[in-house]
Amino acid sequence: MNSLKQYIDIFKENRRAIDDHSALALNRLRNDACKVLENATLPRKGDEDYETTDLNEMFAPDYGVNINRVNLTADPDEAFRCDVPNMSTSPYYFFNDIYHHHGDFAQQSSGVVISSLRKAASDYPELIAEYYGKIAPLDDAQVALNTLLAQDGIFVYVPRNVVLERTLQIVNIMNVAYPAMAVRRVLVVLEEGAQARMLVCDHTQSRTVQCLSNQVIEVSVGKNAVFDFYELEATAETSNRASSMWIRQAAGSNLLINGMTLANGATRNNYHISVDGEHAETHLLGMAIASGKQHIDNHTLICHNAGYCHSNELFKYVLDDNSTGAFSGKILVAPDAPKVEAYQSNRNVCASTSAKMFTKPQLVINTDDVKCSHGATVGQLDQEALFYMQTRGIPEHEARTLLMQAFMSDVIDGVRIDALKDRLRHLVEKRFAGTLSNCGECAGTCLKVKGKITKNDEI
Amino acid sequence: METSQSNKNNTIIESATSGDYKYGFVTEIDTHIIPKGLSEDVVRYISQVKNEPEWLLEFRLKAYRHWLTMKMPRWAHLDIPEIDFQAISYYAAPKPKEGPKSLDDVDPELRKTFDKLGISLEEQMRLSGIAVDAVMDSVSVKTTYKERLAELGVIFCSISEAVRDYPDLVRRYLGSVVPYRDNFFAALNSAVFSDGSFVYIPKGVRCPMELSTYFRINAAETGQFERTLIVADDDAYVSYLEGCTAPMRDENQLHAAIVEIVVEDRAEVKYSTVQNWYPGDKDGKGGIYNFVTKRGLCRGDFSKLSWTQVETGSAITWKYPSCVLQGDNSVGEFYSVALTNNYQQADTGTKMIHIGKNSRSTIVSKGISAGHSQNSYRGEVKVVPKATGCRNYTQCDSLLLSSTSGAHTFPRIDVQNESSIVEHEATTSKINEDQIFYCNQRGISTEDAIGLIVNGYAKEVMAKLPMEFAVEAQKLLSISLEGSVG
Repeated sequence: MNSLKQYIDIFKENRRAIDDHSALALNRLRNDACKVLENATLPRKGDEDYETTDLNEMFAPDYGVNINRVNLTADPDEAFRCDVPNMSTSPYYFFNDIYHHHGDFAQQSSGVVISSLRKAASDYPELIAEYYGKIAPLDDAQVALNTLLAQDGIFVYVPRNVVLERTLQIVNIMNVAYPAMAVRRVLVVLEEGAQARMLVCDHTQSRTVQCLSNQVIEVSVGKNAVFDFYELEATAETSNRASSMWIRQAAGSNLLINGMTLANGATRNNYHISVDGEHAETHLLGMAIASGKQHIDNHTLICHNAGYCHSNELFKYVLDDNSTGAFSGKILVAPDAPKVEAYQSNRNVCASTSAKMFTKPQLVINTDDVKCSHGATVGQLDQEALFYMQTRGIPEHEARTLLMQAFMSDVIDGVRIDALKDRLRHLVEKRFAGTLSNCGECAGTCLKVKGKITKNDEI
Repeated sequence: METSQSNKNNTIIESATSGDYKYGFVTEIDTHIIPKGLSEDVVRYISQVKNEPEWLLEFRLKAYRHWLTMKMPRWAHLDIPEIDFQAISYYAAPKPKEGPKSLDDVDPELRKTFDKLGISLEEQMRLSGIAVDAVMDSVSVKTTYKERLAELGVIFCSISEAVRDYPDLVRRYLGSVVPYRDNFFAALNSAVFSDGSFVYIPKGVRCPMELSTYFRINAAETGQFERTLIVADDDAYVSYLEGCTAPMRDENQLHAAIVEIVVEDRAEVKYSTVQNWYPGDKDGKGGIYNFVTKRGLCRGDFSKLSWTQVETGSAITWKYPSCVLQGDNSVGEFYSVALTNNYQQADTGTKMIHIGKNSRSTIVSKGISAGHSQNSYRGEVKVVPKATGCRNYTQCDSLLLSSTSGAHTFPRIDVQNESSIVEHEATTSKINEDQIFYCNQRGISTEDAIGLIVNGYAKEVMAKLPMEFAVEAQKLLSISLEGSVG
């Protein structure tokens, strides 16, 4: 069965409501998206680059979509679980897919725009028209579906040579009473010489109801701009996620992406980076810690369309219980892109007999003057190291945790904000110690003090 | 002394770099070719010509009917023009059809052909002690050393003879490793295969000599569909060599072969290939489409299968010699050098399927791309849940010699248990300019320097080849690189 059909039906039946609760710039693309979807299917298991993940099945349940934008009466303060000590952030919220801004943001005076995508579409129609739907291609079925139904999202615009001092923090909170899909859209534009850092946290408060996040992120990184993007998924087993990120990098730009999955149901992340200018630098890092029946699938594509660029890719997985992990990464060097240096590495630890890992690192090189390499390993923790630690009086489970933490450390070391680095180390430690998902309500580091949750110890 | 040594070296270099495809001649011998096209009648006709038993005809027909339901696969990183399967003749055999009784019975023209190829059958028999089975246009024309092998119980003959003389053995193993449903070309081959080699090494026998097959496409507008079946029974050992050449023609010719190997308890099979089908001219015109299914089943415990291949020919190469490591503690190896020049395309690699406990595999693949060629490594390492304690190491390197060539790596790793260790590493880089400069300084021309560097780069794989083949393969690498400088 083609699971797209139900969404096309929803769209056709509710076209007016969808349009009314959105903005012209977003509505304009819906017809094209619909046309694409009528002749498309979502990738199924076994399709190229979807060896272990069935998107068609992921979207098949009868998910509700909040077309009429019914506001949830949630208190952001109550929901905020992502405090990073010693790091000042500007938080923005999505309850399911409803945008909610809490607090003020002083930097807007320098021409910076951080607002709901819907509002931005009416305030800055030219900017939105220039970038919205231009980076993520409509012929990708998931992107088309997102474009078809997305009514809101967040828009970040950093003008020329402006540096955002504070890290932008976007907190996505899923809280649903019935199976629902959140359709989120993020558009980030950094002009020449601009700098910004962004931290996105994914959480679920409803732990018994199935939910799905359908997310498309478009990023344009201008000439010599610097963009850091950290993504932390700590949801629940009932929570599925299909996220696809499309990035265009101009000459001399510097991009860092760090995607971390600590707790989830089934996740598929796509990272498509197109390096279009010379001397650009790309760091793409990822980490996945899975247990239970978690499924994590990361797909990356770095297209080096210009010469003299450098890219570095590192993904690490630790899989326990019945969890499954997948990684497929491709580095593509165009025929006229000389002196490219591109490295890709995927290291995995299977910690239980029934954990499964599938990896497919690929190089497609169309010119000669390059240095490219990739490596992939699947293995276990070093038995000798474990034994050594036990001889020094460290219990086995502690020794295992220490080794796994050490294994993940180079992904965390890639983070360029010290406070966040410390926080992540702490979270990973908790995750391995098994206390991360102990709290019924929160996937965070739940320390209940007299029935109250202390904020600083949560994500 | 020194002078003669250096002269000798010069001659080697000269012959190694003197250019074009030297096997591009056509032998004017009487060939029996059936009209172009493929239908059930053609399949029946082939079976009838070869006096085959009913069960084999059934096998062919089942394969043919299944083939009709299949589509030409398009997943490889290859640009394959549409192939008109009705424009190919599916059976071409040198006349006479009766197998020769002794060397004197072999058509003199045919013998000249093999002399030209450097495989004088007599020479081979007398000097090198290699038993040769020569297959020309799909039909096996001569198997040497048969008698001596027979003393040990080793069966080495053409597959049609085997069907006649050892029907039970053939029936038991044919299609057991590569079933006719396996893939498009396997189905095609199963329907129309005309000949090939059959090897059976009985229990406990170590084959005293290397067995070798030479394949040659001679007739125009024909396809070659041979089938090789090797069975090594318990504790047996055999080293098998395969070489192939074809004339230079403007049109493309299809070669779709199947190699099946069964390795029983503690047995070992070493399969070496030097593939030198006609690669097409400098503008990419002509050449062989080489679509081959090669697979070995390490059925027994402690069995071992080793594939070594040097791929320099063919316009398009599409093959993945694989090991199914079913026995506990079985070992699979794959060593490959694939060189593409001009407009050649290669998509080659291996599959290692770990089913037995503690099975081990090693993959070393070296790709070299020059000219406008495209060279891909595609591999799969799979460890099933019950295959505990498995080990795989994969290394695939690519060397790029021109800015218009492409080198690609598509490995898949699928591990389904915790006690196995799988490693993969790959690098892609340009030929080292410092090394070329150093050679230039010492008076070695750039072209020769590249030949040297490439041979050094491929040495790890070359070292796995039997002696006679290693020398030939080394020369081949240099010849194939001819004209790739600049």
